[in-house]
Amino acid sequence: MSKGQLPRWVDFGLLPALNLIAAFIVSGLVVVIIGEDPFEAVKWLVWGALGYGEGIGYTLYYATNFIFTGLAVAVAFHAGLFNIGGEGQAYVGGLGIALACLALDRFIPWWVTFPFAIAGGALFGAAWAFIPAYLQAKRGSHIVITTIMFNFIASALMVYLLSNILIPQGTMSPSSRNFEAGGQLPLLRNVFTSFDFGQSPVNLAFFLALAVCVVVWLLIWHTKLGYEIRSFGKNPDAAAYAGISPVRITIITMLISGALAGLMGINVVMGEQTRLLLDFAGGAGFVGIAVALMGRGHPIGIILAAMLFGLLYQGGAELAFEIPTISRDMIVVIQALVILFAGALEHMFRPAVVAFFDRFSSDTAEA
Amino acid sequence: MLDTIILVLDSTFRLSTPLLFACLAGLFSERSGIVDIGLEGKILGSAFAAAAAAYVFQSPWIGLLAGIFVSVLLALIHGYASITQRGNQVVSGVAINFLAAGLTVLLGQAWFSQGGRTPALDSASRFNNIELPFADALADFPVFGPIYANLISGHNILVYASFAAVPLVWWIVFRTRFGLRLRAVGENPSAADTAGLSVTLLRYRATIICGILCGFSGAYLSVAQGAGFIKDMSAGKGFIALAALIFAKWKPVNAMFTCLLFGFLDALAIRLQGQEIPGIGEVPVQVFQALPYVLTVVLLAGFIGRAIPPKASGIPYVKERT
Repeated sequence: MSKGQLPRWVDFGLLPALNLIAAFIVSGLVVVIIGEDPFEAVKWLVWGALGYGEGIGYTLYYATNFIFTGLAVAVAFHAGLFNIGGEGQAYVGGLGIALACLALDRFIPWWVTFPFAIAGGALFGAAWAFIPAYLQAKRGSHIVITTIMFNFIASALMVYLLSNILIPQGTMSPSSRNFEAGGQLPLLRNVFTSFDFGQSPVNLAFFLALAVCVVVWLLIWHTKLGYEIRSFGKNPDAAAYAGISPVRITIITMLISGALAGLMGINVVMGEQTRLLLDFAGGAGFVGIAVALMGRGHPIGIILAAMLFGLLYQGGAELAFEIPTISRDMIVVIQALVILFAGALEHMFRPAVVAFFDRFSSDTAEA
Repeated sequence: MLDTIILVLDSTFRLSTPLLFACLAGLFSERSGIVDIGLEGKILGSAFAAAAAAYVFQSPWIGLLAGIFVSVLLALIHGYASITQRGNQVVSGVAINFLAAGLTVLLGQAWFSQGGRTPALDSASRFNNIELPFADALADFPVFGPIYANLISGHNILVYASFAAVPLVWWIVFRTRFGLRLRAVGENPSAADTAGLSVTLLRYRATIICGILCGFSGAYLSVAQGAGFIKDMSAGKGFIALAALIFAKWKPVNAMFTCLLFGFLDALAIRLQGQEIPGIGEVPVQVFQALPYVLTVVLLAGFIGRAIPPKASGIPYVKERT
């Protein structure tokens, strides 16, 4: 091993772990500043997320959301694109899912509606990513800015649709009508009755998320398109020189990314709420950024990171219940610190670790 | 009719002010080559700190200072990540936004136990509206009188400060040595480096100025326009300011007009809520809410002029080594 290089397990294991530990230490300090005991907080957090069946159910439910949005951000990352619009794409994707369910739920069983809902979510999510993708590819406008703008446009659009068009007559709260049985995904608590999931909303979308992980893994590492996406992400000029069209890759990658984000609604709209609600995405699109960064863009990493964030979301709710001074916003702080340390400051510990390994390897060389 | 127009324009000024501060803040940062999508977080952090300090010390000025302090602190985190550590500036900005969104409510709840709010401020701890001289005497004067008395007079000091900042920023960026160097590191950092300038130092100075101006924006929200901090009170203003900055093509005077336009759209949306426009019918409020973003996307698409950012923005500078 030459000087300045690190073994793979350090690059993909130790450094991310150090970043994560740094984020958790700072989070612990925040808890201390509030005047609570961080170890007590961790205890409630872990117990709330994993200590009993219902907690585990909720953890898996949240993780499902984050797998979808994490994959969305990760696929775009592979092409060197920063899709910060996962939130808006998930929101609009939910509209596609809801339309499929509203149209079909009274006539056919859920497993016939399911593929239509998947298609609806993916199609609407992809459509919402298309304009920023086109503008980036053809007109050179920066995708970060346009996707941010599209998040806000999506929010305004959905508020309008929900409170003026989709709202059932005679009700006041802006949401669509409830889907009938044909538009509801089975909950795991009704499928696996031997395990006690309590009242948690974890549903079949969890398995869809895992299946999508496999699809994304195959796509990125085992297809020609995936190779082109990665080449373009590593070096756009070299990729263009090799005959890979930048316009095509940018647009296709963003369509895939938007479709993945759009699928998130399967879990929330069709699985949990069984109706389209205002702001149902609830920031999951942004959590996807943290998940993709922590998971290093690999589906296995994304599943692990999504589980961690699912654990934080569910455990954080329990924590806020047990120690009211630590409100649920603690999760947002932890999330911010993870994004900061695992994303923006990802190389902070690198020089020190490299120096350590250099000394270590030169010692062994002399001996 | 004149009264209605004055009323809408009056609220236009009030709604433009936080955008203008934040937009000028972003201008310094982006002109130096640091993309800052963390404006929103800095505004929010400042709004909370300002309201909390103004409440504790019963003084809007201490509130303003506290707001600026917190905003600069957040700006320095962004600076450390994007200048010293050469991290991804967008990622860092996202982190700043979440950090502020979480910490403000968390600390607010822990310190004041009002669901993340800060206690309501009395008028002694806020920036109050200032009557300009002769406003009363001139009020009856036709046309000019109401404009002077109701539109120009009667705002709080931060509104005037934001508009006064526009020529000042223009002068600093385009007429001083610092401004020239700032633009140089934003366009071509290696050339600036060759000329013996410290890219790092200049970019840090730009981020600190950005923090100060965002501090004004946040303090305006919670101790001038409002009377205390409310959860998520920045409500996307940082992003509208970012849009305004692009719309203004990174120029201070354009920034002022863009912020006035976006503020006007906001004022119009409030004014027209549930009202029929002759010939068009009722326009949904959401149209006005989405319009700033739609306009910015259209501009970015290059259909109405071209928005070209500073050349080196978003790219960490790596000093050449032999």
